[in-house]
Amino acid sequence: MTLVQNFPFAAIMMCLAGGVTCVVLRPRAARAFAVLLNAVIAGMMTAVLLFTIRTGESYVYLMGHFPAPWGNEIRIGPLEALMALMFSLVTTVILAGGMQNICEDVEPDKTKLYSAVICLMTASLLALTFTNDLFTAYVFVEINTLTSCALVMLRYRSGMALSASIRYLIMSLLGSGLFLIGVVILYNITGHLLMEPIGAAVRNLAATGEYAFPLTITLGLFAVGLALKSALWPFSSWLPDAHASATTASSGILSGLVLKGYIILLIKIIYRMIGPEVVAAEGVLNVLFGLGTGAIIAGSLYALREKDSKRMLAYSSIAQIGYIFAGIGLGTETGMICACIQILAHAVTKPMLFCAAGNMASEAGGHRFDQLRGMGRRRPLLGIAFAAGALSMIGIPLFAGFATKYFLCKAAIGAAGWKGIVALAAVVVSTVLNALYYLPAIQILFDREPDTKTGQAAGRGSVLAAAAIAVFLVLQFGLGFFFSRIAEIIRTGLNTLA
Amino acid sequence: MVGSNLRFNNFMVAAVIIFGIGFTMLFLNRNLVKKIIGFNFMDSGIFLFLASNGYIEDRISPIIQGGEVSVSNYINPIPAGLVLTGIVVSVSVTAVLLALTVRLYLRYHTLELDEIIAKARTEDEK
Repeated sequence: MTLVQNFPFAAIMMCLAGGVTCVVLRPRAARAFAVLLNAVIAGMMTAVLLFTIRTGESYVYLMGHFPAPWGNEIRIGPLEALMALMFSLVTTVILAGGMQNICEDVEPDKTKLYSAVICLMTASLLALTFTNDLFTAYVFVEINTLTSCALVMLRYRSGMALSASIRYLIMSLLGSGLFLIGVVILYNITGHLLMEPIGAAVRNLAATGEYAFPLTITLGLFAVGLALKSALWPFSSWLPDAHASATTASSGILSGLVLKGYIILLIKIIYRMIGPEVVAAEGVLNVLFGLGTGAIIAGSLYALREKDSKRMLAYSSIAQIGYIFAGIGLGTETGMICACIQILAHAVTKPMLFCAAGNMASEAGGHRFDQLRGMGRRRPLLGIAFAAGALSMIGIPLFAGFATKYFLCKAAIGAAGWKGIVALAAVVVSTVLNALYYLPAIQILFDREPDTKTGQAAGRGSVLAAAAIAVFLVLQFGLGFFFSRIAEIIRTGLNTLA
Repeated sequence: MVGSNLRFNNFMVAAVIIFGIGFTMLFLNRNLVKKIIGFNFMDSGIFLFLASNGYIEDRISPIIQGGEVSVSNYINPIPAGLVLTGIVVSVSVTAVLLALTVRLYLRYHTLELDEIIAKARTEDEK
């Protein structure tokens, strides 16, 4: 075993230890520590990704060197490494970009708790990505729930954030309750908690036709539970308030990353435990596909009538989550690649939009569009970032969002029956709708200002924000230019998953 | 046939009914404290389901007594371990929920979620 192979486990442990360390540091040191820790982990994940791409296969890491029935495992392949790299990198950049807003929005002595929560959040996301054990997955799902609610509620003296976070927590708990009873039923009929033995047992059951009914129920419970937590429409009523009332970095992390952690878990469940061919036979995919295409349209329609920039972005997240579920629901390999590409594309785009909108809002004194008028002219870099993010969400070529639409169309043409036509129609309608609400937003930002406001002096926070925006733009175009290369990595990753 | 084993699995039937009651309460009740009670009902239902899975008639808990080490005398200990983990998770989530409820009550003087949301909205628009 080489040194690199220890990195995923070490990264999870470093985040957990880092979360504890942040509590005893001074607030300023804790904030810097959280950013640096995530940056270091991003570096480690790059090494892991290069290692897995070179070997082209996945490996199992035994914790404590106890073999299968007793021990706990994590499993690392190209797909997991790519997602983990994305989680840690985007967390680093959005934390730096939202630092000024964190200092304004969170009570000064609580910013160290904010950093602690961020570290625990990264730990739970990495663990959800890597774990090979279903019950460990449940525990980290709950850690993820609690930390993401803490990210919303740490907003200083905001009743809206408090009420939004309790709604968020309640909906998440409904989802994890369903997920847990699914885990229990699956343990009951297979007798295992590790994903590989469960996969073998489920294939055996599907072949013999035993326990067909509990198997369907379990799959439904997993799908609905995780869909509730990842805000698939119509289970998404909690999302806009929670994401819009949180501080900039929280909004970016919540919509860019947290929702994706559960979806990656669902993809792992489909590929590693139930088996794609069994899932396709169950009809659960059709439900996910239907809700996904519904979400694409419904999210855009809600966003269309929003006058508040952050709420508009939150509703747009619902539509973008719809793309992921539509891709999964198509049930083909290209559909799954589309879902994974969309996870990446949305993760580099939406935090950038939130970062730009949040920094402009803190200067303009509010995040409604009438308050933001002309901000793009005053802060050109933020304005350009917002415009680039908006064009990416619409799906203009060379931006990351185009890759999703390209692969969804490709998957739709390959899919049999009604699904392909519905998916193509959804792509067309949603592109028009996205343009209808993003283009006026860009126009407002670059409008001439009605009166000349006195601009604030650019502080250190805005330098950090500018650096963050620059990194986001590089990621954005990197994904937009090289998406076929990344799709190849995802394809190898999906093949090693099964 | 579906349902033919119901009378042998009476613990599981009870567990699923408790889970359903708790789920409905957490989902539909408008009172925050009742929601929290519902959450605890829901988790208790799952724990009963798990514990009844691991229990085997006429066997004892897996603690070695009098040098007896044969596996066939003991119940399955894994579900008990899972229940313990689940209880820890459930307790910490309940603590967070209660703390949030206290903060909301101090601010809005009500436990009804609808009223809290309405008050927070009007406050936000000011």
